[in-house]
Amino acid sequence: MSTVVGLRAVTKEYPGPVAALRGVDLTVEEGELLGIVGPSGSGKSTLLHIIGTLDRPTAGSVHIAGHDVAALSDRRLSALRAQHVGFVFQAFHLVPGVSARDNVAEGLLYSGLSRAVRRRRAAEALERVGLADRLDHKPHQLSGGQKQRVAIARAVVGEPALLLADEPTGALDSASGEAVMKLLRDLNREGATIAVITHDTEIARDLPREVRIRDGQVVADVRNPSADVRDTSTGMRDPSTDVRDGSGNGRSPATTGADQ
Amino acid sequence: MRARRADRDSAGRGRGRLKAARLGPRDVLHVGSAGLRSRPMRVVLSALGIAIGIATMISVVGISASSQAQLLRELDKLGTNLLVASPGDSMFAGQDVELPEDAVGMVGRIKGVQEVGATADLDTTARRNEKIDKDDTGGIVVKATTGDLLRVLRGEVHSGSWLNNATGRYPSVVLGHVSAERLGITAPGRQVWIGNRYFTVVGILAPLPLAPEIERSALVGWEGAKRLLGFEGHPTSVYERSADAAVQDVRKVMAATVDPQNPQNVKVTDPSAALQAKAATEGAFSSMLLGLGGIALLVGGVGVANTMIISVLERRYEIGLRRSLGATRGQIRIQFVTESLMLSGLGGLAGVALGAAATGVYAYSGGLPWVVPPWAVGGGFGATLVIGTIAGLYPAVRASRLSPTLALHAA
Repeated sequence: MSTVVGLRAVTKEYPGPVAALRGVDLTVEEGELLGIVGPSGSGKSTLLHIIGTLDRPTAGSVHIAGHDVAALSDRRLSALRAQHVGFVFQAFHLVPGVSARDNVAEGLLYSGLSRAVRRRRAAEALERVGLADRLDHKPHQLSGGQKQRVAIARAVVGEPALLLADEPTGALDSASGEAVMKLLRDLNREGATIAVITHDTEIARDLPREVRIRDGQVVADVRNPSADVRDTSTGMRDPSTDVRDGSGNGRSPATTGADQ
Repeated sequence: MRARRADRDSAGRGRGRLKAARLGPRDVLHVGSAGLRSRPMRVVLSALGIAIGIATMISVVGISASSQAQLLRELDKLGTNLLVASPGDSMFAGQDVELPEDAVGMVGRIKGVQEVGATADLDTTARRNEKIDKDDTGGIVVKATTGDLLRVLRGEVHSGSWLNNATGRYPSVVLGHVSAERLGITAPGRQVWIGNRYFTVVGILAPLPLAPEIERSALVGWEGAKRLLGFEGHPTSVYERSADAAVQDVRKVMAATVDPQNPQNVKVTDPSAALQAKAATEGAFSSMLLGLGGIALLVGGVGVANTMIISVLERRYEIGLRRSLGATRGQIRIQFVTESLMLSGLGGLAGVALGAAATGVYAYSGGLPWVVPPWAVGGGFGATLVIGTIAGLYPAVRASRLSPTLALHAA
């Protein structure tokens, strides 16, 4: 069992000084599906940037897939993103006028694979998200839910160690949103490690693990047994619930005993 | 899943190593052209500036090269082995000098000389009829000519025929094309008044670039001039052709051969030298026009830079997305420099085509050969690539410095 995300005492301050994150500790193990939930302004977007290595912390250490982010140059950090991190955005960010297949293949553009391999794996990824019959459709020919599935296919096509979904259902109606969440759960069951960032507590409640953020600190790290769709026989974790009081200094390990 | 891992390993990407992958040339072209494909109208407009600059430069160079090629072609046809001996200025002021009567025969015996012809200016005028004032010559000089003259000058008869042994003895005349025009004569058969009698026009000559003085004359046969116009037989100009290799040797001895007693009175000239000088001038294109083209090119480059900056601003989300997909700063820079290069390269191609077409239209309408020098095409296109790189550099650096978190903000 390897640790995918390891944050230690991560602080992010913007000039002002405004502290967006104040000493966050977070560990995510391979195979987890967790929600990072908090109201707007809670710092969850900043946390997403830092986990996704799009931004660096002011203080504290960040380990992604075993790499210390602070020690990496831009080139190596970009390679880390290309190989180990997949992003799903609220606004999809598909390239207009380009087929679903080529949009997904774009996710492997910076991986060093040949064009033929990229296209073949893009087709496989689209099959995985249930869009095998939409390979040649352009984004404007797809519904919102289908667009987000294409975006998810683009994020998982490179087999990343971590899939980061930023408000993946934010731009979707509830039926499409549910379908997208079901897809994420299915992918998790197949082995993907997924973090869903959302302000929607309902979505978070349905995920096996829920990390609540408020004022730049982790205020709760909850296991939801009812939502744990994993086969418990794999022994991934105890269906226990552990609520921590985050009103302290926020430096206490915010992960559950199952991680130790 | 295993197959995918195999792909990964075959691409040399182990889990433990972090090494940014290189983009292949085809992928660089692909990402570089993505922005252009989505906005064709903007591409056309911003490439137009570059195109106008290059087209101006290419057509300036092309038109002068075409004119020069035309003159050189003419020179080639006319040859550069013609020399003319004529009376120079006398050492004694006011004293007319004339060449000896046997000058033609003497020149013909010089080693290397292949053909000799001569003309002699006659002290008379050619008019449409006797009622026209004697002083109204229209600049037409009446000359006696030897029968070989036309061959020596590589001249051609436009209509009618050249003087022969028979017509050369009788009152017949051949007109240069300028004098025919001035006398209003368009076809042989008409008569003109020379001296004190009518001469019949038997031929009209085509233009003679090597001997413009013949174009302005009325030519009468050597014997006919002696018999009918009181000509004494002293030639005014002796034309000779020699082998190309012998031209310099002939030139050295020509004056002394024509007039052994007074070689200083003989002037030897090379009519092709004037044409060569003219060709050199035609080849020197107008640097002012070229400068104008350069300015247009510069303005075009500024237009490309402007377009690129706007493109970067508009595509902040795309840049953020690419960064999140793993593009390095360098790969973002390459993408935008490539886009700029393609934009100006397109303008350059269009400019070369336009410039070549403009040269073609000019050449076709003027009857010139169509010449677009390869160095001008290469230089013009090279200039667009340099401009494209410079214009794209700043926007590309800006793009690469944009924060990758931009993609995560809702569009």
